[in-house]
Amino acid sequence: MSRINLDMSLVERARRAARHIADGIEPEIAANTTTTIERTVLRLLGLNGVDEDGVPLPNVIVERAQAAGLLGDGIAYWIGSAMVHEGQSASEVAKRIARGDLRLEDIHPADEKAVREAVEAEAVRMCAYIRGRRLERERLIEELDTAEPPYIYVIVATGNIYEDVTQAKAAAKCGADIIAVIRSTAQSLLDYVPYGPTTEGYGGTYATQANFRIMRQALDEVSRECGRYIRLVNYCSGLCMPEIAAMGAMERLDMMLNDAMYGILFRDINMRRTFIDQRFSRMINAYAGVVINTGEDNYLTTADAYEHAHTVLASQFINEELALRSGLRPEQIGLGHAFQMNPDMTDGFLYELAQAEMARAIFPDAPLKYMPPTKYMTGNIFKGHLMDAMFNLAGIISGQTIQLVGVLTEHIHTPFLQDRYLAIENARYVMNNARHLGCEISYRAGGKMEERANEVLTRATTMLEQVAEIGLMSAISQGMFAGVKRDPRGGRGLDGVVRKRDGYYNPFPALLMKELSSPGFAPRLWRARAQAQSHTQAQSHAHAHAHAHAQARAQAQTAAEGGCR
Amino acid sequence: MTVSGVNLDLTRVRPYGDTLDDGWVQMSFTLPVPCGPEATRAAELLCEKMGLDDVRVVYSHDIAGSFTFFVVYGKCVHSVDFTAIKVPKVNMKHMTFDEINEFIETHIGRKIVVVAACTGTDAHTVGIDAIINMKGYAGEYGLERYPWFVAYNLGSQVPNEVLVAKAIEVGADAILVSQVVTQKNIHIDNLTNLAELVEAEGIRDKVLLIMGGPRITHELAVELGYDAGFGPGTLPSHVGAFIAQELARRMGAWTPSEEV
Repeated sequence: MSRINLDMSLVERARRAARHIADGIEPEIAANTTTTIERTVLRLLGLNGVDEDGVPLPNVIVERAQAAGLLGDGIAYWIGSAMVHEGQSASEVAKRIARGDLRLEDIHPADEKAVREAVEAEAVRMCAYIRGRRLERERLIEELDTAEPPYIYVIVATGNIYEDVTQAKAAAKCGADIIAVIRSTAQSLLDYVPYGPTTEGYGGTYATQANFRIMRQALDEVSRECGRYIRLVNYCSGLCMPEIAAMGAMERLDMMLNDAMYGILFRDINMRRTFIDQRFSRMINAYAGVVINTGEDNYLTTADAYEHAHTVLASQFINEELALRSGLRPEQIGLGHAFQMNPDMTDGFLYELAQAEMARAIFPDAPLKYMPPTKYMTGNIFKGHLMDAMFNLAGIISGQTIQLVGVLTEHIHTPFLQDRYLAIENARYVMNNARHLGCEISYRAGGKMEERANEVLTRATTMLEQVAEIGLMSAISQGMFAGVKRDPRGGRGLDGVVRKRDGYYNPFPALLMKELSSPGFAPRLWRARAQAQSHTQAQSHAHAHAHAHAQARAQAQTAAEGGCR
Repeated sequence: MTVSGVNLDLTRVRPYGDTLDDGWVQMSFTLPVPCGPEATRAAELLCEKMGLDDVRVVYSHDIAGSFTFFVVYGKCVHSVDFTAIKVPKVNMKHMTFDEINEFIETHIGRKIVVVAACTGTDAHTVGIDAIINMKGYAGEYGLERYPWFVAYNLGSQVPNEVLVAKAIEVGADAILVSQVVTQKNIHIDNLTNLAELVEAEGIRDKVLLIMGGPRITHELAVELGYDAGFGPGTLPSHVGAFIAQELARRMGAWTPSEEV
């Protein structure tokens, strides 16, 4: 049962508006492909590596295809044609094209049926491989996943993947459940994915497939040592969303930062590019059993956390709707929010807690991701440590799922080893000491908190209905999210948007969606059920399938009994 | 100057715990050795080398089996001569929103044009937004809100070349650059590069070059050839007042001794 009394008719209105909003950008997504989507297809067909200048082979080929005006057919169509004529595998012909031994312009279109047969055989193999990695995770969860939510999430960001391993292992031994490797500053603006293990980065470590593998292997070792499955997170955002998703799927990453609007607002990436890319990247994440984390917390780093709380909720509804359309289960949609109000505010904690309870009640199945105070962390590490404790208290009371623990040295440096130890100690202390406090609380009818939650919900609903009326792209151009205005023709990456031609071919969306939309698809994500303390019967998701939903409910019920007894 | 009835010797200042000149400091650090009596001894010896007497390791804790975290107290044996300290500071008089606008109207007689950006790879606009955007920061409006300023905020991850080109295009009086990411001193290279570009474009005499960010000091700014550097806690009015006064001074329209 939800502990905070919300006007659920508003929630229904908000979801309806979110569906209209998503409908509005659907034609854009359907009509276009992008350079990174086509590079992803090549990667999923087994192409990897770089040329002698260090340019990733998928980039080499897609750039040539775009220059030759062939990309609108889908790179798979041309690779497939070459496969049919040459009698070679996709990666063999792709390598020859990249080397220049085979010119794309010289490939004759082969019989469409033969092309599809040749490509699909390989695509099916890759899907099976990714499914295998997912099942491997599910076995490890069954065997090792002993942690209780909120799961403790920490970041490492040394720039050197091997140093990251040292820090990540230490953090896991201190009690961290989830490790995020922060990416090097501005990687989101690179229109390619760097290659190989890397030891230099600024403010973080490059996301590369080799780095993913190194860290996943290290965390598998430490998972066994600690007897707890340690999850790995990276960033599926920026100009290479689907490529990173594919790499993560192949290397068994467990979570991906993956927001439908973050890149537009905060990295000035073109909105059409982002909307088109997010769909395919999310399908891959869904299939891989990845839990996505959305980035609404970022709104509150530029806008006031009290005044603009409703923009966070509005964005959560949009992210949820777009995620469901990509085949993600509600249980895979880690919607983001944050504890960012000015600490000088009287009753600020009440408003924070009211909003955290509100999010929990509106998205009962989502593994909500709760972000710590950063904006008002000053360098006074003592006060900062206290603010982090208040944040942890709000997290345990309201039953958040993923708690990115705050670090006392926020705004000073990327965390030292000891900073992470202190942060985890703080979280464990508070969450253990107040473990079942939430079960004992119900909020006063008509009180400050109920009023606050409903006020935020009302404003979010109104905002969504306005956005639905004018369309998402106009809403963003008018600065309705995070106070940032973006032009549909502006931003980075628009030159990578390519209109699909008749007969466009990419084997993966259909293959992935076929399985994703089957009633039996319900990846096992946690052993202890995430939403231990609150879930309401009032909710139903239009796109969730009844069977999987019932299964999830059963899981939730079991854990809820353990959570609040 | 006296503290607790005792004359304070400003030429020999030491930390204050609960008695003048006791020298007590608190510290925490981690050593890459397993927790145990040897680790504690190592921490004590290290603190002695750092100039602490009467070292007390009040807390030690294992991290991941191969590191030890310490909280330590000790009496610092060193002192500093407070009277010999000179810190370069931005030279300006504080003014309010209205005073700044009035000052510009009176002494400059036209709007002041500023361009601002987070340049290089830096994606953090928190600082520059606080100073420039309408909304401002901590209850103060940003420069966009000032009727006598025309402010262009180019946002984050702007190449230095673009910032300089914009400054030339709009005939800027001041260029503001914000740098938040300072890992491995990446900001120094970027700030140096911007100063060189401004010089190479021949507009160094025409603009005030100003840097800001959480690790920025005026001293660093001067060292890199900038006119001013603003650190944490800076408000829009600090930056606005500096630009207005410095510009008026350079135009010969005002001297700092004059009443603001």
